[in-house]
Amino acid sequence: MTQEFATRLIGEIPYARTLGIRVDFSEDTLLLILPYQKSNIGNPTLPALHGGAIGGFMEVCALAELRRRSPKLPFSKPIGVNIDYLRRGNPVETYARADIFKEGSRVANVRVRAWQDNEDEPIAALSGHFLLPKTL
Amino acid sequence: MSRFIQKLWEIAPTLVNGTPHASELGMKFVAIDKGIATLSLPYNSALIGDPRSRVIAGGAVTTLLDQACGLAAISGFDGLAQLATLSLRIDYQRSAEPGEMIIAEAECYKTTRHVAFIRAIAHDGDPDDPVATAQSTFILTGPVHKMPNLGTQEEGGTE
Repeated sequence: MTQEFATRLIGEIPYARTLGIRVDFSEDTLLLILPYQKSNIGNPTLPALHGGAIGGFMEVCALAELRRRSPKLPFSKPIGVNIDYLRRGNPVETYARADIFKEGSRVANVRVRAWQDNEDEPIAALSGHFLLPKTL
Repeated sequence: MSRFIQKLWEIAPTLVNGTPHASELGMKFVAIDKGIATLSLPYNSALIGDPRSRVIAGGAVTTLLDQACGLAAISGFDGLAQLATLSLRIDYQRSAEPGEMIIAEAECYKTTRHVAFIRAIAHDGDPDDPVATAQSTFILTGPVHKMPNLGTQEEGGTE
């Protein structure tokens, strides 16, 4: 995996481009970046990011992490995800990183954390099961 | 129809269109009633999650369901209120049909002083064959602004 591949991977997904997602691959870690853009706002009076945009961002993060394990295969498919909203999403840059908790032959369990200023103070977390592409 | 529900019909389209991320994805208000909200998301190539199948991204369905659940939660409380999503659980039963509009129907089945509990489905035409089902909780982040005379004009009337 290279930065170039990671950028192309995210660039392939129209929905990720709509959210404005960028990617940073360094030290063998995939970091997803959601730059602040007004179109990702859910509450204009606060203002705060849309919970759905944060959830979608974390889902893309999980799919990208799974894809980098088997770059030649298509994307996995989400089966079920659980999203916890922990803090308000301020109108600033947001980051996400995924951990594969368990990878079986058909299904993977993935945990994603999203944060802004401080990785130890996540704004949201996702855990979910994904159907791996080799079974599709 | 109570004054509160009447008021919701007036403001709900603006609540959806005035949410920048909802209007960015192309979400539309469909209907509202006490504790119930329906929204739609027309198919749009900017929402594609898998370029090979052209199926819409799970995240776009997540956002539609979150928005519908939030609107159902507002209508579940007896007045207008600011809310934040606490938790959102989504099960994806099948891929949405590329090209088809997605409808989300949400029902707030319980509110407490601080929290609303909502279930929802997303389908592309047949509610008995959903694309996804959801379960969510929302928390009040401000006071509930009750409608005047709400009690006396509530549905069920006096006849």
